[in-house]
Amino acid sequence: MSPLMGGFQVFLPEQPAASTKSTKGSTSQKNRKGYVGMKKVILGLLGSAAMVASASVASAATLDDVKARGHLQCGVNTGLAGFAAPNDKGEWVGFDVDLCRAVAAAIFGDATKVNFTPTNATERFTALQSGEIDLLSRNTTWTLSRDTKLGFNFAGVNYYDGQGFMINAKSLPGVNSALQLSGASVCVQGGTTTELNLADYFRANNMEYNPVVFQALEEVNAAYESGRCDAYTTDQSGLYAIRLTLASPDDHVVLPEIISKEPLGPAVRQGDDQWFDIVKWTLNALIIAEELGITQANVDEMANSDNPEIKRVLGKEEGSTLATDLGLDNEWVVNIVKGVGNYGEVFERNIGSGSPLKIARGLNNLWTKGGILYAPPIR
Amino acid sequence: MASEDTAHGGAPARAAFLNDPKIRGLIYQVVVFAALVAVIYWIIGNTTENLRRSNISSGFAFLNARSGFDIAQTLIPYSSNSRYIDAFVVGLLNTLLVAVSGIVLASILGFIVGIGRLSRNWLIRKICTVYVEVFRNIPPLLVIFFWYFAVLQVLPPPRDSIELPFGSYLNARGFFLPRAIWGEGSWLILLGLVLGIAMSFLAARWARTRQAATGQQFPVALTSIGLIVGLPVLAYILGGFPVTLEFPQKSTFNLTGGWTIKPEFLSLFLALSFYTASFIAEIVRAGILGVSKGQTEASYAVGLRPGPTLRLVVIPQALRIIIPPLTSQYLNLTKNSSLAVAIGYPDLVAVGQTAMNQTGQAIEVVAIWMVIYLGLSLATSVFMNWFNARMALVER
Repeated sequence: MSPLMGGFQVFLPEQPAASTKSTKGSTSQKNRKGYVGMKKVILGLLGSAAMVASASVASAATLDDVKARGHLQCGVNTGLAGFAAPNDKGEWVGFDVDLCRAVAAAIFGDATKVNFTPTNATERFTALQSGEIDLLSRNTTWTLSRDTKLGFNFAGVNYYDGQGFMINAKSLPGVNSALQLSGASVCVQGGTTTELNLADYFRANNMEYNPVVFQALEEVNAAYESGRCDAYTTDQSGLYAIRLTLASPDDHVVLPEIISKEPLGPAVRQGDDQWFDIVKWTLNALIIAEELGITQANVDEMANSDNPEIKRVLGKEEGSTLATDLGLDNEWVVNIVKGVGNYGEVFERNIGSGSPLKIARGLNNLWTKGGILYAPPIR
Repeated sequence: MASEDTAHGGAPARAAFLNDPKIRGLIYQVVVFAALVAVIYWIIGNTTENLRRSNISSGFAFLNARSGFDIAQTLIPYSSNSRYIDAFVVGLLNTLLVAVSGIVLASILGFIVGIGRLSRNWLIRKICTVYVEVFRNIPPLLVIFFWYFAVLQVLPPPRDSIELPFGSYLNARGFFLPRAIWGEGSWLILLGLVLGIAMSFLAARWARTRQAATGQQFPVALTSIGLIVGLPVLAYILGGFPVTLEFPQKSTFNLTGGWTIKPEFLSLFLALSFYTASFIAEIVRAGILGVSKGQTEASYAVGLRPGPTLRLVVIPQALRIIIPPLTSQYLNLTKNSSLAVAIGYPDLVAVGQTAMNQTGQAIEVVAIWMVIYLGLSLATSVFMNWFNARMALVER
């Protein structure tokens, strides 16, 4: 039970409690049955008062909550091809989805013990703040104000992105730079860093534009496709993903300009350092596995390696307490790699060469291969 | 209640202090009230404490910070350098714009359709019935989508804009009209308009008094139109044609210049008006049917034709039945305007959602929404109650 929802629940006794606790349930049922008596209502309210006060202390240990529940609750995008979208069997797949699965594998040894909560740009932060989700893995840009004002911690960067523009080259021949977009109508999702960068970029370049703002990604896509706007702006990775879902992807081009830094990463609530560490080190383990050449196929083989670093990472070092100090068991990295593969495999399968998106590794390559992915060592 | 006790007990003995029903009632009320205050106080305290403990910022200080985002339709000067509070004002004005214009069109349409449903003409009656049944039974969100996606978005792209008379254009980006640029001497036109309206009022009063005294009628409506249109036109000529028109011009992406009505506004405005008009039509029909048939017969008996009968006898009486439910419809229309968020019209809710997401201060933004919508609804109610009191049957 989250502190924030606790405050709300008193206002809305009819709403089913997000996490079910027995005292809470009975309070709301009493209220639902009708006003049995003012005395009972007040007692109920006071009861939930005491509950909320105690709950806010208890909410700290996310790991225990997740273990008790038996699955991880992960907030993902409502549907962005390659990053988070249900496939034809109704299973969630994608780059951000696999990070959730990796965390579940680290905790449970089973990458399938995740439930996904699709969130749009507006809902994502409240969902994490209120405790509806344990982890937000939804191409969310890490910014200072999100770290401070929202009460979040970003557990690293899993995709280095930048904002770009997409236009319909067929209806706008001759436009090959974002600097030619003065006077254009631009479709953008509301409440994103994208919306702010867009305003800054046009102001800095003394250009005019008409923002066409929707809150849901699907609505922005529909408006762009229907020709309501000349250009679509979001993170470049998003543009490539959205282009694939358009009726005729070949008509649309992503303009070369990158107008911002968009480090996308998983976020957790502040105040639970253990949970923060688990998510942070799951991401690091994915990158380190790629550095060490540990793959989904060879992980069992690698476990017998003589290389002390590989042995340490895979939990084969005698008497090591690295994993238990984190609150996980020794096999955690093995489970992560078995569950989803290393960072490179996750990338290529979902958004890289093995996917329709065909995004090049670029910045998102290992630091040893010309990218900027660099994970602190597991030791 | 105290008399009951004495009736049963016989002796009018005064009950013990705590058993006195009056005092007991008072104590209960004080206790309940105190508990309510305590609960509200606790909720606020608990919420702020928990927000603080989760390191989530709270308070309304963010309203003075730079917003950083642009809004498509602004009735007051606004840019990304403005503050959040300005963004909220822009959103509120957009809500008011669509609510007020929607109420006007819905009322006009509703009255026409409502009267049409009682028409003696079979075709008119059936058309009006179909209209009411169709729009009344579709959720307003779908009506908005219908106008936005099915009607306005199928219009041609800017390059193939439909040309309309008077230099206006229609395309998927909106309705483009010439804009008037008020040059020097334009105040004369405004003066002419004000004078025209004032003189029409005076003429109407004079005509009423004369009719009461002599029975002679005077064409008030025609005179008023002449005055209200004629005087500004006269002023326009006298002022040396001070107004010029700026026509929309085709440019790279779209038509620029002139005056643009965006498709988001247009579809929300039309959808809310058409939807609410179907309810108003039923209210108007009920109001008219609620006036006894004897009134109409009596009116015909004194020689009034159907038109004046409706205008002078039936409608004034029907209005007394119509106004209270009409108020509810006006409130509904205002509140339904928050569905704007679905098609990206920057109303109070859409702007608030962006602000909420940029600052993360959900509770504050929701509080602002609730206070503003409550204020709007209460203001509408107060006005309609005043109007109702004016229209009520004056008992003598």
